[in-house]
Amino acid sequence: MIEDTHLIELKGVSRTFGDTPALKNINLYIRKREFVTLLGPSGCGKTTMLRIIGGFEYADEGQVLFEGRDIANVPPYKRRINTVFQKYALFTHLNVYDNIAFGLNLRKMPKDEIARRVGRMLRLVKMEGYEKRSVDSLSGGQQQRIAIARALVNEPEVLLLDEPLGALDLKLRREMQLELKSMQQQLGITFIYVTHDQEEALTMSDTVVVMNHGCIQQIGDPKRIYDEPKNAFVADFIGESNIIAGTMIEDELCEMFGQEFPCVDEGFAPNEPVDIVVRPEDVMVVGEDVGQLAGEVTSVIFKGVHYEMMIRTDAFTWKVHSTTMQPVGTRVGLTIVPFNIHIMHKAGGQ
Amino acid sequence: MKRSWFAYPYSLWMVIFTIAPMIFVVYFALTDTSGALSLANMAAVGQETYLKILWRSLYLALICTVICLLLGYPAAYFLASRDFNRNQTLFVLILLPMWMNFLLRTYAMMSLMENSGIINTLLKAMGLEPVRMIGTEGAVLVGMVYNFLPFMVLPIHTSLKKMDQRVIEAAEDLGANPAQVFRRVTLPLSLPGVISGITMVFMPAVTTFAISRLLGSGNFMMFGDLIDKQFLELNNWHFGSSLSLVMMALIIVSISLLNKADPKGEGSAM
Repeated sequence: MIEDTHLIELKGVSRTFGDTPALKNINLYIRKREFVTLLGPSGCGKTTMLRIIGGFEYADEGQVLFEGRDIANVPPYKRRINTVFQKYALFTHLNVYDNIAFGLNLRKMPKDEIARRVGRMLRLVKMEGYEKRSVDSLSGGQQQRIAIARALVNEPEVLLLDEPLGALDLKLRREMQLELKSMQQQLGITFIYVTHDQEEALTMSDTVVVMNHGCIQQIGDPKRIYDEPKNAFVADFIGESNIIAGTMIEDELCEMFGQEFPCVDEGFAPNEPVDIVVRPEDVMVVGEDVGQLAGEVTSVIFKGVHYEMMIRTDAFTWKVHSTTMQPVGTRVGLTIVPFNIHIMHKAGGQ
Repeated sequence: MKRSWFAYPYSLWMVIFTIAPMIFVVYFALTDTSGALSLANMAAVGQETYLKILWRSLYLALICTVICLLLGYPAAYFLASRDFNRNQTLFVLILLPMWMNFLLRTYAMMSLMENSGIINTLLKAMGLEPVRMIGTEGAVLVGMVYNFLPFMVLPIHTSLKKMDQRVIEAAEDLGANPAQVFRRVTLPLSLPGVISGITMVFMPAVTTFAISRLLGSGNFMMFGDLIDKQFLELNNWHFGSSLSLVMMALIIVSISLLNKADPKGEGSAM
C-alpha cells in the first residue's frame, strides 16, 4: 500500500517563537499513502510542524520538500494539501453543502460534478440528508465529519489533521478513529495526524513520530515504538512503564537493585548506566519463593479487562497488570522474562 | 433579592423620558389646537414642500451612509488586521471625534469651510482661487460623514476582530487566494457588523439637524430641521408631532428591513 517515494521531506527544520524554540533540527520524511502520527505532549512542537507543512507557519531554518521541491514560498492555497482544523473552523455563514463544496467552487468545477462529489463525501462521512442544515445546528461529532468531508472532497495528496477528535467523547472518538483509518485506506491519501493521545496514535498509524521539546524522540511503526521504546521518555509516554535506573554489565545481562537479570539487548559499553523499562503487563506474579524478586501487594484497582496492582519490593514499587487479582497485603514473587526487559541509553544520548 | 429590581430606576427613566413623550407626540399629532381629534396635521405632511424635504433627508442620509461604508470598511479592515494589532494611535484618531459634542465638531467644520475660513485663507496664501464650500450640498455631506463615520467603523471593526483566524486559514487551505478569502469568507462573516454600521449611520443621518443649517447656510433644510423649527420657532406642536410620527414610522420600517438582512441579530442593530 505505502509507496517508497518520499512525498514530503523535512530537512533540518527549526522554528523559534521569541526565545522559545518550538522545533529543533527536525529531519523526517513521509511516504505516499502513509498514515503518520505526530505524537507528543502539548507544547512539543507537533502542531507547529503540521502548520509548517500546511503553509500557515514558516521554518526559520531548513527545508520543506514536497515531491522533492522546496515549498517554502508556496502559499497554502497553492499546496495540494488540505487540513482538518482542531476546532473544525467551519464556515458558519454557509450550510453543510456549501461548506463541503467550498474548495470545488473555487476550482470552477461544473455544478453537477460538485453535487456528485459532495454527495459521495456525505455518504462517506455518513451525513446524507444534512445538506441544507446550518453548521451551527450540528453536534461536535457531526461538525467533525463535515470538516473531514470539506477537506477530503478536494482529493488532496496529503490530509493534515490537527487533533481532530479532541472534542469528542470517548465512544465517538473510538468510532471515528476506525472510520478515519478505513477512509484513509479506501482513498489512498497520505494522512499526517497530530495527537497527544498515545492510544489513538497506536491504533491508527503506519508510523508514529514521538516528539518532545521540539525534538523527534523516535520514529517507528506502532508495535516497534511500544515494544522497543528508544528512551525513557518514549517508554513513559507510550503506555505505562516501570522505569528503573540500572547498569548493563555485559551483553544480555543487566543489573538492577544489585541483582542480575538476563536480558536480550546487546551492544552497550560494559557497566554502562542505563534506563531499564518493563511494561506492567510483562511483570509476572508468581509464588513468593519462586520469583526473581519478592514483594507485597499495596493496592489493587480494577481496570475492566485487568487489575492494576502496586507491588512493593525492597527498592522499588512495581506497577503490574494482571487478569488475576492478589488481595492487598499478599506476599508475592515477581518474574520478568529476558525478552521483556528493555534497555535504554540514559536520556540525552540517542 | 430579585435582580430585576436593579432595572427599576432605568424603567422609571424610560417611562418619564421615552414612553410619556411618545404618547404626547401621538396625542399632539392626531389633534388640532382645540384638542379635538383631527387628521389635518398628518395630511399636511403630504404637502409637496415637506415631501421634498423628506426626500432630501433620505437622499442625503443614503449618500452619507454609502460614503461612510466605503471609507469605513477599509479603515476597519486595516485596523483589525494582525499587522496593526499593537498600534492604537490610528484607532484613537478615528474615535476621537466621537468623544466631542457634535455641535462643537460642526462649528469646527464651519470655521474650516467658510468663505474666509481656514481652507480658503490657505488657498489664497498659495495664490489659488478660493472655493465656495459653505452653503453647498457637499459641505453638508462632509459634515455628516465626519460626524457619523466612527459609528460605521466601530461595529465593522468589532465583527472583523472577533472573527476566528482559523476560518480564514481554512479558506486559504481549501484553495482561496487572498481576494477570494475576502469575498467568500471575510466579507460575509463581517456582514452583521456592516448592517449594524449602516443602521447606526443611516438612522441619525436621516434625522440630522443643525449640521445642514450650519454648513448648508439654510439652503438645504432637512427633516430634522423642519421638526426643530415647528417646535422651537413656530410653536406648532401639533404639526411638529405629525412630522415626528412620520419620521418614527420611517425609522421603524428601516430597522425591520435591516433586521431581515441579519436574521440572527449578530450585528444587534436593535
